[in-house]
Amino acid sequence: MILEPRFTGDVADLPTHKFGPSSLTWWGIIGFMVIEGAFFALAFAAYFFLMGHEQGWPPEGRQPPNLIWGTLFLIVILLSEIPNTMIKKAARERDVPTIRTLMPVIIGIGAVLLIIRGFEFNNLNCRWTDDAYSSIIWTLLFLHTTHILTDWGDTVVLWALMMTDVGWEGRRLVDTDENCLYWRYVWLLWIPVYLMIYWVPRL
Amino acid sequence: MNELERVKAEDERLARERKKIARDGPKLNGAKLEARLERTWRRPAGIVGWLATVDHKEIGRRYIVTALLFLALGGVLALAMRVQLAQPDAALISPGRYNELFTMHGSTMMFLFAVPVMEGVAVFIIPLMLGTRSTAFPRLNAFSYYMYLFGGLMLWVAFLLNIGPDIGWFAYTPLSGPQFSAGKRADIWAQMITFTEVSALAAAVVLVCTILKTRAPGMTLARMPLFAWAMLVVAVMIIFSMPAVALCSSMLISDRLIGTNFYNAAEHGDALLWQHLFWFFGHPEVYIIFLPATGFVSVITETFCRRPVFAYPVVVLALISTGILAFGLWVHHMFATGLPRVGYSFYTSASMTVAIPTALQIFCWLATMWDGRPRFPVPMLYVVGFIITFVIGGLTGVIIASVPLDLQLHDTYFIVAHFHYVLIGGAVFPLLGILTYWFPKITGRMMSETLGKIGFWTMFLGFQLAFFPMHFAGLLGMPRRVYTYPAGLGLELPNMLSSIGAFVVAAAVVLFVVNGLYSLYRGAIAPPNPWGASSLEWATSSPPPPYNFEHIPVVETRTPLWDAHGELPVVTGLRVDEKEILLTTVVAAAPDLREPVPAASLWPLIAAIAVGVLFVSSIFSPWAVVFGAIPAAIATAAWFWPKELKRHPEPVIS
Repeated sequence: MILEPRFTGDVADLPTHKFGPSSLTWWGIIGFMVIEGAFFALAFAAYFFLMGHEQGWPPEGRQPPNLIWGTLFLIVILLSEIPNTMIKKAARERDVPTIRTLMPVIIGIGAVLLIIRGFEFNNLNCRWTDDAYSSIIWTLLFLHTTHILTDWGDTVVLWALMMTDVGWEGRRLVDTDENCLYWRYVWLLWIPVYLMIYWVPRL
Repeated sequence: MNELERVKAEDERLARERKKIARDGPKLNGAKLEARLERTWRRPAGIVGWLATVDHKEIGRRYIVTALLFLALGGVLALAMRVQLAQPDAALISPGRYNELFTMHGSTMMFLFAVPVMEGVAVFIIPLMLGTRSTAFPRLNAFSYYMYLFGGLMLWVAFLLNIGPDIGWFAYTPLSGPQFSAGKRADIWAQMITFTEVSALAAAVVLVCTILKTRAPGMTLARMPLFAWAMLVVAVMIIFSMPAVALCSSMLISDRLIGTNFYNAAEHGDALLWQHLFWFFGHPEVYIIFLPATGFVSVITETFCRRPVFAYPVVVLALISTGILAFGLWVHHMFATGLPRVGYSFYTSASMTVAIPTALQIFCWLATMWDGRPRFPVPMLYVVGFIITFVIGGLTGVIIASVPLDLQLHDTYFIVAHFHYVLIGGAVFPLLGILTYWFPKITGRMMSETLGKIGFWTMFLGFQLAFFPMHFAGLLGMPRRVYTYPAGLGLELPNMLSSIGAFVVAAAVVLFVVNGLYSLYRGAIAPPNPWGASSLEWATSSPPPPYNFEHIPVVETRTPLWDAHGELPVVTGLRVDEKEILLTTVVAAAPDLREPVPAASLWPLIAAIAVGVLFVSSIFSPWAVVFGAIPAAIATAAWFWPKELKRHPEPVIS
């Protein structure tokens, strides 16, 4: 260094992990949530823009999507917050055995959700090629599905890691904590998307 | 022994080992410390190490060099167009080829030069300015660069294969839709957008997290350098605006490839949906390019006036309010599409309002010069050139916010003149100034002052010659994007002058490159702080070592080096045998955590290749999205997966 150092303090005793906004991971995740939230907000704007051109919504001659599968999806994804909260709490308490037991549960729920999602696509009562209404409905459902899929994938990878010895490391517990935060975001997103797909066309 | 007992025993062993870890401090200092940090922080040798690097300085340099190469390519296209337009009724370039040229010129300059070069400069300098050793998420940073590189290569390879886009840089539907743009040209454009958006968004997250969490202890938000403020605002703007263009270009490509109907009026879609989404990104984009440049101007002005920038809080608030207002202006690009009366009034007033914070910044710089002791080496000349040119461009901008005038001038060369004044005058001039200014920090050598001054005057005068006559061509009714014009309308003189000016500008760019290359090998060796500047990047050697700083500096004022009095306050205690940085709190910058820094890795490159293959092949089959996702998912999992599954006394990211 060019200027002579004047020693004012020592940081050796600082921790190497913390939960929440102190951690860099938290900020990174929040950054990507905002990006994805912007995607959805703009897709909603496009939805209303297209809706403004129509006499009816859905356009005349079309049925709104069948309620059953989307609503079932909503119920299951809301219930998934129970194991999700338990995992998040276990991560903060360094209760690795609980994490190891509950992560397969949430992975299983994710798989069930993906199957329900398949039925949802089949019950939209339109194909994406039909008209602008159909295109935007399919887009909203597709966008949300990518979130379920990517979160499911990284939960599987994280679970595999938590089964190893490094699962006891503080930073891996932060990863688990943030993964739970992201899952909350995914189900929170589903509420407006669900309303847009299933209920706005019924207003 | 059950697992819990085993883990407890392991915890205790690791705690004992932790005490043995070597850290910097009064006892580990000077040359011995430098040698150890050098060993820890330098990247692996050879081509693999070169590809795997996560050093922000290397990535930043690559960003800057790549962006400047794209600037040169875009510039060559501009020259070709100016040759064609030098005389009326010229037939050098066919109408179709001309469409490709202006599309490639605009797309290259906006997406492959202007935004990435600003990010590149920030990636290089921000960690140095903030007094840290790395960006946040350095592997994401490397991934971002590779995505940008591949997107740019795809666009230019397509152009050379004669499937380059020909739909204008804003690719209006229905022209870009399946009905009027058969073939793959429009798809190439849309996927280039996807590449550059992924890259810009990743870089934005890296910058936000770096600026908020890695500042030197004591560097509160109120003491942060103005360039860091500018980049924080810009990164947040990228996060909110780039999803709009990614969304609309994905909708475009799905209209073209799988038959959705977003822009298809026959099936109740609307071409104007494109314009709204595109300009919701496109207008903030202008400020995403301009605000970093205002950061450059603040840095240069402060250093060469030997005075902190006048009214720092006003400049910060101006940056933030410009960032917010930029999202309320997009419809002024759409006045000619027909809007409700209230829409016209709202967007006219919003467009005029944004001039206020910009003017405030200009007045602050003028006050700094007035109250300081200004010197005028090359970087400062570019600042003066910027103020003159940008004010002219700003004034033409304010007047075309008025709807009747805009309707008259829409799509004429008046608009071409306006946006080149604000983009070249407003962003490229400060960029050339700051590259001259930070050249010694990047390379360790000074640029030639004489060549720099000749270059500046060539650039400044050539620019005015090239673009000032375009105002008149536009007022005479010359439309943009038309490959020629008839004789006898009075357009010959302004066009000839513009073409001559374009070659003068090109000569200035060549001179800048020659100066750069010459100085790289023959320039005077740069001391650590050749300009006598105030911020932390000058507290380390030129160029900085891989670890940036021996000890982490502590900041006590807004201009730390001016107030240092021969010694720099530092904190100690970061480990020296593994890469580690200090995280501080968001507002007060109090020490918060120690954070391991990832080792160099090839996985970001492999992930970028996998995602790149997905993007390019999805132009040809929608199934590529499904099958291409598998290698991309594997690559990102491998990126995250630790290379050693054993616990360390303190975390490392292998």
